[in-house]
Amino acid sequence: MKIGVCLKQVPATDTRIRINADATAILTDDVKFEINPYDEYALEEALRLKQAGKATEVITFTVGGADAEARIRDGLARGADRAVRIDDPALAGSDGLGLARVLAAALKAEGVGLVFAGRQSVDGDSSTVPAMIAELMGASQVSWVDKFEVEGDAFTAQRAAGGGMREVVTGKLPVVASCDKGLNTPRYATLPGILKAKSKKIGVMSVAELGVDAGSVGAGAALVTFTNMGPPPERPAGRILSGDTASAVSELVRLLRDEAKVI
Amino acid sequence: MSNEILVFCEFEGGAPRKTALELLQRAVALGAGPVSALVIGNADSSALGANGAHKVYQVSAPALASYSTGAYTKAFAAALAASGAGTLIASASSIARDALPRLAARLGAGLGVECTELRNAGGRIVGRRPVYAGKALVDVNIQSPVAIFTLRPNSYPVGPAPGGSASVVLVDAGITEADVDVKVVGTLAPDSTAVDLTEAERIVSGGRSLKSKEQFDAVVRPLAAALGATAGASRAAVDAGYAGHGEQVGQTGKVVNPSLYIALGISGAIQHLAGMRTSRVIVAVNKDPEAPIFQFATYGIVGDLFEVAPMLQAELARG
Repeated sequence: MKIGVCLKQVPATDTRIRINADATAILTDDVKFEINPYDEYALEEALRLKQAGKATEVITFTVGGADAEARIRDGLARGADRAVRIDDPALAGSDGLGLARVLAAALKAEGVGLVFAGRQSVDGDSSTVPAMIAELMGASQVSWVDKFEVEGDAFTAQRAAGGGMREVVTGKLPVVASCDKGLNTPRYATLPGILKAKSKKIGVMSVAELGVDAGSVGAGAALVTFTNMGPPPERPAGRILSGDTASAVSELVRLLRDEAKVI
Repeated sequence: MSNEILVFCEFEGGAPRKTALELLQRAVALGAGPVSALVIGNADSSALGANGAHKVYQVSAPALASYSTGAYTKAFAAALAASGAGTLIASASSIARDALPRLAARLGAGLGVECTELRNAGGRIVGRRPVYAGKALVDVNIQSPVAIFTLRPNSYPVGPAPGGSASVVLVDAGITEADVDVKVVGTLAPDSTAVDLTEAERIVSGGRSLKSKEQFDAVVRPLAAALGATAGASRAAVDAGYAGHGEQVGQTGKVVNPSLYIALGISGAIQHLAGMRTSRVIVAVNKDPEAPIFQFATYGIVGDLFEVAPMLQAELARG
């Protein structure tokens, strides 16, 4: 069985955001990119299943330009066998559904039986693409898993449910699982891994090569658009409660009760 | 598609969740069209009419007894078709996060998730939501005939029920056991009885300065319990094993929206601030007067958390 892993590059989590002149997106010049942290759990889970003899090949799938190759190489250095990079000018301005269309087509073309993705990418924070891929592939899905096991054509997973509850679920492959923190501890690339990755293949695919209608992706097909991007509202200046600890604490309780009215 | 707004109402223990009332009241306040409620499964829906729904679309089937993506997605699609509603809104819950992207892909509907604001822009509903973990906010515009939005819990206050009643429309979605694709075979109770972080009204969080799991349990959790709050933690505290993964607040943990957030020994890294900066009141306790958290705090105490937290707990007990 082949396992597909969705890999996205995102601005490093300590990036300070600057917004473009149209207020539709952030400026990405001199932003440092890294693998989306949740995708690292996805890749690690795939590599562990391959090591356990439950998969023959781990392939990463990325929508992105040539600038994403450093992150893709990092995935190969950690142990993925090869990578598919989907790159096409027609994809500019795609919404989540547009991206899901090309990813689903690429995953299907490779005949993967199991897909791991991060529970969300930490840029758009939408957490929508994995379930959309599942629908478009005709696969089942399980969201935000922190435990995953596969046996034959069946899987068992644990996921967070409402109210702090956790659920144990079972289903059949093919499945798209979105991965949460706690699933595993991602490995780093080793030096031999980095050297080996240099000769691993990154296949570049266009929208047409995937058999996807160019009119169903990109800005023209986007059902969701972002406008009016701005910084969060400034918080009013706070107050440091001075004096000895005992008087600061009783002043705090008074303020929480009488001024803020939150207790 | 009509201008009707269909509100997905979740229930717990036979009663609508607070988020359901928040959604209904906000939908009515939008004034963009008649508001109806969607109930999946069996529940007493009379409270929904009192909170502004003029109709309740109810989809029931034995196969909906516990959540599954397949059966629920089918239920959502059938209710949208039966109502002809042009807008579906839901709370950003675990059900919505799982089923609604799948529904959106099936229907070719635009989906705007994790909104903290929904407004009426000339009859069209526009959302506003945080991106980059709250470092920026953006308007979410949907072009498709059916628009789907999710709203984060605690985005709007819940007022008293205005009163009213709803007629119930039973929707036959033809759901059978065959639609249960991924089956729930077990439920694990949470470690504590506290409200889930993402819905909590009050949160007490601890950072690396707690120095051990024992001290986290001895200082953060009792203060949280005394306040009726949920315990949270910084990434550093979680990675060090002082608290569970599910308790992490921040960019790679949970994004929370409480009325009161108390940060004990948390310096306020940008990734942590991203997860809690929309809290209405932030209290910071830190030894370091230069800690960035103080720039975001409503009230700050420069001091030793091991001294401040027990004193605060005692002061609260005094009433």
